[in-house]
This record gives sequence, structure tokens and C-alpha cells, in this order.
Amino acid sequence: MASKAPRHEMPCQDAVARAKNFNEVALGYPQEIAVEEAKRCIQCKKPKCVEGCPVGVEIPQFIKQIAEGNFLEAAQVIKRKNSLPAICGRVCPQETQCEAQCILGVKGEPVAIGRLERFAADYEMAHGTTKFTKPAPTGKKVAIIGAGPAGLTCAAELAREGHAVTVFEALHVAGGVLMYGIPEFRLPKAIVQKEINSLKDMGVEILVNQVVGKVTSVHELLENGYDAVFIGTGAGLPYFMNIPGENLNGVYSANEFLTRSNLMKAYNFPQYATPIKVGEQVAVLGGGNVAMDAARTALRLGAKDVYIVYRRSMKEMPARVEEVHHAQEEGIQFKILTNPIRINGDENGNVKSMTCLKYELGEPDASGRRRPIPIEGSEFDLPVQTVVVAIGQGPNPLVTTTTEGLALKKSGNILVDEKTLATSIPGVYAGGDIVTGAATVILAMGAGKTAAASINEYLKTK
Amino acid sequence: MYSIVKRRQLAESIVLLEVQAPAVAKKAKPGEFVIVRQKEDSERIPLTIMDFNPEKGTITIVIQEVGYSSALITRMQEGDAFLDFVGPLGQPTEIEKYGTVLCVGGGVGIAPVHPIARGLKEAGNKVISILGARSKDLLILEEEMRAVSDEVVITTDDGSYGIKGFVTHGIQAVLDRGEKVDAIWAIGPIVMMKSVANFTKPLGIKTIVSMNPIMVDGTGMCGACRLDVGGETKFACVDGPEFDGHKVNFDLAMKRAAFFRNEEALVYNNFKCQCAKEGK
Ligand SMILES: Cc1cc2nc3c(=O)[nH]c(=O)nc-3n(C[C@H](O)[C@H](O)[C@H](O)COP(=O)(O)OP(=O)(O)OC[C@H]3O[C@@H](n4cnc5c(N)ncnc54)[C@H](O)[C@@H]3O)c2cc1C
Ligand SMILES: Cc1cc2nc3c(=O)[nH]c(=O)nc-3n(C[C@H](O)[C@H](O)[C@H](O)COP(=O)(O)OP(=O)(O)OC[C@H]3O[C@@H](n4cnc5c(N)ncnc54)[C@H](O)[C@@H]3O)c2cc1C
Ligand code: SF4
Ligand code: SF4
Ligand code: FES
Repeated sequence: MASKAPRHEMPCQDAVARAKNFNEVALGYPQEIAVEEAKRCIQCKKPKCVEGCPVGVEIPQFIKQIAEGNFLEAAQVIKRKNSLPAICGRVCPQETQCEAQCILGVKGEPVAIGRLERFAADYEMAHGTTKFTKPAPTGKKVAIIGAGPAGLTCAAELAREGHAVTVFEALHVAGGVLMYGIPEFRLPKAIVQKEINSLKDMGVEILVNQVVGKVTSVHELLENGYDAVFIGTGAGLPYFMNIPGENLNGVYSANEFLTRSNLMKAYNFPQYATPIKVGEQVAVLGGGNVAMDAARTALRLGAKDVYIVYRRSMKEMPARVEEVHHAQEEGIQFKILTNPIRINGDENGNVKSMTCLKYELGEPDASGRRRPIPIEGSEFDLPVQTVVVAIGQGPNPLVTTTTEGLALKKSGNILVDEKTLATSIPGVYAGGDIVTGAATVILAMGAGKTAAASINEYLKTK
Repeated sequence: MYSIVKRRQLAESIVLLEVQAPAVAKKAKPGEFVIVRQKEDSERIPLTIMDFNPEKGTITIVIQEVGYSSALITRMQEGDAFLDFVGPLGQPTEIEKYGTVLCVGGGVGIAPVHPIARGLKEAGNKVISILGARSKDLLILEEEMRAVSDEVVITTDDGSYGIKGFVTHGIQAVLDRGEKVDAIWAIGPIVMMKSVANFTKPLGIKTIVSMNPIMVDGTGMCGACRLDVGGETKFACVDGPEFDGHKVNFDLAMKRAAFFRNEEALVYNNFKCQCAKEGK
């Protein structure tokens, strides 16, 4: 039976070579392997995998198309539910979503759903000619704030209904974290750009360099002819540890570090004028995707020793398994059960070391994970010249504090009706990281879609 | 979009540009800034709004050449356009009726002081402006500052114009003649703002400075612009750029400003060599 065949590995750039360049690490399935992998799927009548996908991609249907060699059709099937498959196929935490539910995973290895999704999407990008037939205009106008996955998905869905959609983005390019956060070697920017161009082809207007809360406001948009507003401004506010020495030279937030490298292309310095500096020894604080991205970026920028410093154990690490695995292959060193208490500088204010404590795991805490407890007398100095703080991000208050009447949660995130994503202001909806706190691309997209459906209903009443 | 409608050379390496940016002009207030990018490979650099004209839809900026990205901008001509021009950013100046205020500008820092002085004057304050420059030919915007001030005091390092000395000597002169000063705005190089703040602290005069740390996004997303203000970390782009000068840790700010010095010198030198080759 086909399902007994082992899961197919995806070819990758050699670990030694790739640790020195910014080209994509995972190379994607060649056609024959994609077909072979697709044939492993036993086409369940009640596919569990679909339940694991936050947007309900019709997984067995698209995989069937690949197995039969109908690659363009496969992409079409995926796009019925997910408008950015080339991106999700690369960055979704499949192992905890669709693939975690795949029936083959019970006894063996699950079908590589994410890799197949990526294959179909890439094939379509290279060969496809999806034409978009513009629907009749409804005469309704919607403003979208923030061009991350939440905002872009919401925009696409609304444009499909014939509404006039304008996206307001603070930075000079659209894409949100996909452009400024996730590095080129994991998600090539050309792919994000193609997806954004196809949105523009659908008639979506994208205005960059527009900081809502400063140049305009939610209420102004409503007064100036927009019938509804969607807020998808993400979780862009970097947290620091609040330990001594955090303002020394050489301490970056992950956002700054990654924005310099990705958005401003500092990895091409001096061809691009924005500088970035890494020492020979770099410590990255945190254990999520953001930390992995920062660590692997530091390595590519020339650091000799890159440490992930994380206060729990490998098991609790929130990063995607594949990313941790790739980081280890590339030579990132994991200092687990370790937490810094102080960053030390030299006389010029540059980082020279970090003082840390060792931890052990105690009883589970509120999050269900075993609580790390410091070991007395375990203090030690780690010589580093660069520290990247990647311990999480909060909601940026620029929009939330300038919008009168917008109800917020205690955390500062926007409070919404969970079903409709309506905020406390009629006609204003919100979704993605600004509502949930830092989460995932696919959840943000799912929110964009839900909000679009609600907005569509709302506009019928206007 | 963002094209230059007027260019004026104010001094060697200091240029005034009036830029078409209607949406920004409609919202701009004294104390705020913009972030601009001249072309694809340039840095995003912050520049204070020197003037704004909502009717014409223009923003005026004054920029001094100090490195690569600023050099590109000072070489722009009327009709040229910025690739990106974002704003207004930051917290506006708290314009109120204080009484007698000193508006202190050093070097290119005179430009951002201009809208603040005008705002304070319109709010009914007596505005005494103290303008400092290294020498007479580097003094900018004297006429414009006279138009928005009750009085202008000039200091030059070399004594070629006005009082010989630093802006603190100008402040001293005003205090010496018995003027009761209620608040001071001081904008210029960090060393200047530090010495003004140190000078006024024992006198208990409220002193506001406008900090110019390295920035990237200008929206509170990256934390590059962080400062220590009274022991607390603040992001200059969203919490400032104006802060209580008696609370700012200037020494830390100076060290942070120097972090990329070698890299900045490298791109600037490459650029100057290129210009020399092309005979510009
Ligand atoms: C380094 C990094 C790696 C990650 N890796 C993964 C991964 O592998 N897999 C995964 O699923 N998820 C990953 N994530 C998380 C994922 O990227 C986010 O959950 C997702 O991007 C959230 O989408 P969003 O649309 O809500 O917000 P964002 O992507 O943050 O987009 C918000 C947009 O709004 C704009 N904006 C903010 N304020 C304003 C304003 N006032 N006016 C106008 N525009 C504004 C921002 O500039 C931005 O473009 C990662 C995140 C980071 C930072
Ligand atoms: C809120 C604010 C308002 C400002 N207003 C003005 C203004 O009205 N007119 C003016 O001429 N200058 C102003 N500046 C400073 C101006 O942004 C810098 O001179 C410019 O970024 C230097 O870029 P560069 O590539 O030419 O020089 P670089 O070679 O990059 O650097 C030269 C010097 O500029 C400083 N610098 C470098 N990058 C930045 C950055 N991104 N932000 C701030 N400083 C930096 C460095 O510390 C260094 O000392 C302002 C800065 C801030 C933060
Ligand atoms: S969108 Fe993500 S979760 Fe859904 S099927 Fe694709 S890879 Fe799996
Ligand atoms: S659960 Fe696995 S085997 Fe079943 S349809 Fe989904 S992918 Fe195929
Ligand atoms: S410039 Fe990025 S937070 Fe201020």
C-alpha cells in the first residue's frame, strides 16, 4: 500500500554552505517526489487533517490533483480557502496543525501536506495564468489598516466581492512580518511580492508610508467615505527583559535586528546603506520562531558562535520543529535552562558579556509548562558582543490609543466579538496579532477572512 | 509624489527643501518629524518638520550633510522626488502659555526650533530666541527666527557674529539682565543640549530638548531609538522626540549615536570617491 512508503524529505541547501548565504534553505519538492508524496495520502473519507487547518484547506482534494499530475488544479483547490499558499506552505507550523491530525501520523509519518501545498503554489507561480475576473463594483468602500497577512487576506476577500478596498500601511512596503521579520532564507521576498502584486491586479489599492493614528485615524476614515474599517496592525511592539545593560551598544530587539537585515537589506551592506553589526559571539534571548530567525541571521552575517539562550528546555521551545532542526544543523548552540540577569559593557558602552543563571524545571505553571527555577550559585559570564532580545512583542498603541471608543483587553490588544471580529465601534473590525497577540500567519489570515465575511454582511445593511 | 518644489542653500552643506506632501502637511504640528528615504538603497532617516503649509500641501525640512543618506538629499534639486516620506511622527510640542520662553537652536537645530518658537509666540508667550553657530556663515534662518521671536540673541564660537561663545553664554546674558525665564527649548547637537540642561538644572528652569537617536521605522516597532529618561527606557520616535532635559541620560545617547560610526564612514567615503571620479 502506498501509505507504507516513508515520507519524502525536502531537498535543502547544504548546512555549511547555507550558513553563509541568504538564499532559501529548503528547496522544495521536484515534481516526481511531489507526486510520490501525494500518493501516500489515502484520501480519507472524513479527513482529520482538514480539522487541523485553521482555514480548512481541502487537503485530500488538492493532494489528489497533485497525485494525478494536475498541478495547476491543485493550486486552484487550495486557493479556494487560502489565498497565500506559497507563503503558508513555507511558514505554517504544519506539525502542530494539519499534519498533526493526519491519520498516517498515528502509526508512521504524516503526509507532508505543507510541502505539497508549497509545491502546488510554486508550480502555479512559475507556470500558471490565473486570471481574475473583476466582479461588478458594489460602490462600497473599505479601509484596511496594516498590510500584514491579516490585512492582505481581508483585502483580497473583499475585493472578490466587488468592494473598493484601500490598504494603509505604515512601512514603505506591504507584507508586514512577512517582509520585515521572516528572513529571505526562509521566505523569499520575491514570493511575498508576487502575492501582493496579484492583490493589486484584483484592484486593491495599497498606500504605503501611511501611519494611521498620525496621518489619519479610524474615525476620520469612517467620516471620509469608508463604509467599514479593518484593523490588522499586528504585534509590533518589542518587549525587553528589563535587566541592567539593555541599552548598551550591541543590544538589539529582534525587530530591529531583523528589520535592518530584511526590510533595509543590511545583509547587502554597503550596497544598501543601512548598517548592521554582529560580534563574533552573539546571544539571542528566547526560544520562538523569532529567536531562531535572529540566530540564523546572525550566523549568516558572520558571527562565529551564536547562542540561543532560553530559560526552559528544548521540549518547551515554541519555535517550529523544522526551524530548530535547521538551526542546529547550521551550528547554532543551544544554551537551555539559562537566563540572563545582566548585560555587561566596556568603557565605550559596547556589550562585552552577559551574566546568566542556570535553571532547573519545577512544577507546571499556569501555561501547563514546567516552571523554570533558578539554581543558586549557578551564575556565570557568557562572553558576547551582540545580544538580540527575542522574548515577544506586544500591541503597538498607535492606532488603539488614537481611536476613541475602541474597547481593549487588559493586554492592550483589541477586544472583538469572537465570531464576527467586530470591535466596539460599529463598522470597525479587527483581527490577527493585534487581537490575539503574536500568533501565526495562518491564524492572521483566517481572521482576515472571517472579518471580510462579517464586513460583507455588514455592508449589506448599509 | 513627494517632489521638491523649492530648494534653498542655507549655508555650506545645509539645505532647505519644501516638499509636496499634502497629507502630512494637513496634520503636521510643531515638534513632529518625518522619515524619508531618497532611493531604494538609502537609509530611512528622520528629519524634523521645519514648516508646514496645509493650503499648499507642503512640508519644509532643513538638512545638513553628515553622511551618505543626508548627502544624497542635500544634492537633490527642485523637481526631484523622495521615494518615501512618512509623517508626521512623534509627539508634538506642548504649546502652552508659559510666560517668557527661550528658544535655543544650535547649528542645524535652529530649523526645528522655528515652528516651536512660532507656536509659543502665537500662544501668547514672550519668545527670546538664542541662535548658536560655529561662525557667521554657518548661521541659518536668522530672518525667519526674527519674524517669530520678540528678540533674537546670536552666539558664534569664533565671535564672528553676536556674542562670542556658546548658546549657554547667550542664556547667561539674558538671565543676567534680570529676565525671568519660565521655560527653555533647546535643540542642537547632543553636547549642546547636555550643556544647556546642565546649566539650567541648578536654576530650576524647565528645559525641553529634542533628541535625535538613530531610528529605523519611527513607529515604535524596533526600539533602535531608545533612550534612558529618568531611569526609564523611552522610544524617542513615539514617546518623544522632546523630553525633559534634566532627566535625559545624554552620555548614553552619545555612545549609542556612535555605534555605527565605522560603517557610516565607509558608505560615505565610497560615495565621495564615486563623486570625485564622476567629477561632481
Ligand atoms: C521573525 C518572525 C518570524 C515568524 N515566523 C513565523 C512562522 O514561521 N510561521 C508562522 O505562522 N508565523 C510566524 N510568525 C508570526 C507571524 O508572522 C504573525 O503572526 C503574522 O504576521 C501576524 O499577521 P498580522 O497581519 O496580524 O500582523 P503583521 O504581520 O505584524 O502586520 C501588521 C502590519 O500593520 C502595519 N501597521 C502597524 N501599525 C500601523 C499603523 N498605525 N498604520 C498603518 N499600518 C500599521 C505594520 O507595519 C505591518 O505591516 C513570525 C513572526 C516574526 C516576527
Ligand atoms: C527626530 C529627529 C529629527 C532630526 N531632524 C533633523 C533635521 O531636521 N535636520 C538634519 O539635518 N538632521 C536631523 N536629524 C538627524 C538626521 O536624521 C541624521 O543626520 C541622518 O540620519 C544622518 O544620515 P546619514 O546617512 O547622512 O549619516 P550617517 O553616516 O548615517 O551618520 C552620521 C551621523 O548621523 C547620526 N545618524 C545616523 N543615522 C541616523 C538615524 N537614522 N537617525 C538619526 N541620526 C542618525 C549618526 O549618529 C552619526 O553621528 C534628526 C534626527 C532625529 C532622530
Ligand atoms: S494552510 Fe497551513 S495548516 Fe492549512 S493546510 Fe496549508 S500548511 Fe496546513
Ligand atoms: S488525514 Fe492524511 S491521509 Fe487522510 S486525507 Fe488527510 S492528508 Fe490524506
Ligand atoms: S525608530 Fe523604531 S522604535 Fe523608534
